[in-house]
Amino acid sequence: MDAIYWPSVFFLLFGGTACTFAVAVLVSKNIVRMAFYLILSLAATAGLFFLAGADFVGAMQLMIYVGGTLVLLVFGVMLTSQERFVEMKSDAGDWVIGFLAGGALLATLIWAAVSIPAWQGMSRAEAEALTVEKTATPLGMSLVGFRVDNPKESGYLFPFEIVSVHLLVVLVGAAYLARAKRKITKVALASEPSSAGTDQN
Amino acid sequence: MAQFLSELSVFGFRVCPWPWLAYVLAGVVHIALIINLVAVGALIFIWLERKISARIQDRLGPTRVGGKFGWLQTLADGLKLLTKEDLMPNGADGLLFKLAPYISFCAAISAFIAIPFAGGSYPWIAQHLNAGVFFVLAVLGLEVFGVILAGYSSASKWSLFGAMREAAQVVSYEVPLGMCVVVPVMIAGSMDMVVIGDMQAGWFTNWLVFHDPFTFVTFWVFITCATASVNRAPFDLAEAESELVAGFHTEYSGLRWSFFFMAEYGSMFSVSILASILFLGGWHGPVPVASLLGLGGESSGSIGWFLAQLLGLGNVLLKGTLGVCIMMWIRWTLPRLRIDQVMTTCLKYCTPIAAVMFLGATCWHYNFPSKNFFGLTSYPQSVYQIKEGWDATKKQPLAAEAKADKVAQVQRGKRAISRHGERPIFLSSGERL
Repeated sequence: MDAIYWPSVFFLLFGGTACTFAVAVLVSKNIVRMAFYLILSLAATAGLFFLAGADFVGAMQLMIYVGGTLVLLVFGVMLTSQERFVEMKSDAGDWVIGFLAGGALLATLIWAAVSIPAWQGMSRAEAEALTVEKTATPLGMSLVGFRVDNPKESGYLFPFEIVSVHLLVVLVGAAYLARAKRKITKVALASEPSSAGTDQN
Repeated sequence: MAQFLSELSVFGFRVCPWPWLAYVLAGVVHIALIINLVAVGALIFIWLERKISARIQDRLGPTRVGGKFGWLQTLADGLKLLTKEDLMPNGADGLLFKLAPYISFCAAISAFIAIPFAGGSYPWIAQHLNAGVFFVLAVLGLEVFGVILAGYSSASKWSLFGAMREAAQVVSYEVPLGMCVVVPVMIAGSMDMVVIGDMQAGWFTNWLVFHDPFTFVTFWVFITCATASVNRAPFDLAEAESELVAGFHTEYSGLRWSFFFMAEYGSMFSVSILASILFLGGWHGPVPVASLLGLGGESSGSIGWFLAQLLGLGNVLLKGTLGVCIMMWIRWTLPRLRIDQVMTTCLKYCTPIAAVMFLGATCWHYNFPSKNFFGLTSYPQSVYQIKEGWDATKKQPLAAEAKADKVAQVQRGKRAISRHGERPIFLSSGERL
């Protein structure tokens, strides 16, 4: 028996970081700093997933939330960082409504966490007896239609295909929307034979 | 590692009297190795870049510091940077300005957590992740935050322009990069980098770059996108010195500036190692020296196993360094692209080519599941025995139950899959039932 139970230490570390920076997002007034704190909070959440042995979900969290969305967020923030938007001020009424809504949600979650039996923690001896299972491959297999844990069940091939086709359409649509809408007349074609280069930004 | 340390004793004294100390020491050893790899790597690569650029431009480069070849030039540079004044512009956002270089550097070294340096049943890897490739890709995309924050917080137009370009570039190049990575993942049937590397064991004919014509093209698209995603010339729009002074690091000086450079060289090294593991056999050389000499074996701890792993480590580092050298060669040969040309390369060329190659590789793999080297040779039998280990910890089902399961699978027309952690590598063949 070890003096320190490391999973608990790291859980508190990651959980504490996520909560601290989530509060920092609220307290901060500068919009870019808010985005920065949000990045740290979401990254700490990814750390929680890794700690739980969910490699794939953790990497997803990094890729989608931390990587993709926040690059776009920071990108948008910089485009709109005019003088009057740099410092955001919220008045007392906003704070009251915010606290009411957030407090109600927090109370519900805490009540649920305490009252639902399946969510109760286990003793340390039980926790140490558990083995970590790697989940990425079973997840992938079930998405292409084969359940590793229960081969008699069918997988999730159809929803997966719908999402894939949807994302492909989004990719093509984004490229289509971002193209240069330039009218090419015959004169322009003659004078400028190689009209390569579309201004993307 | 932690277990090894806690049981280690030197001259009768136990190295770790308490088990928790062993965990801390094991973590420190991994972290120290990774940080040293990045830092010493940067030291060597900066010197190499000076020498290579000099040779390409018909100069000599550094010749004096440290005796021959100026091999200590980077250390002298580092000392100079240490003594420089740490400046910050007046209108800068102090916190973000100071943090930005560290964020870049942290992202660059985090990628090495999941990169294996030697394979087998006991791979040399800091953290054996089940979705290793995906993790490395996700972390490599985080380096852009340091650049964006640096550009924003510098309170300088040049820096902001550089950061905006970087953001646009990284977001668009992630798409074709991801599509290229999917091809080897699909052929290996696993996102575990150890498995992807180990299935290319043996001669160079087993390397995934030679698997079929489509993977061969994919490799070159991957190299292009990787160069773009780490902001190397000809894609270094973020620090275009002919237009933007120095882009996002215009306002930085001294040690903070050097952190950006360490991050850049670190991520160059990590994408090169990623390319070598995904396409170029990873820790397996072009000629299987270790197995020809009779080294290796499954038992961890024997001298032969250690030598074989060391050889693998050398292979990975050598391939990574070669990749970095190729990036330098490209940088000092090609002129910088315009921003619209960068976007055209990504959206009009890399993405469609990667998509078509993915489709082609899928069809090829479906039709010739057990062939490699452009369909000329077959995979060795050992490839089918590589285990990913995701199911190994589970209790094995009873024989009758397993048989019933198998019968059910056949009846349902499912493809072959073993239940005991054996990797279902060639799902489409059906020959492994």
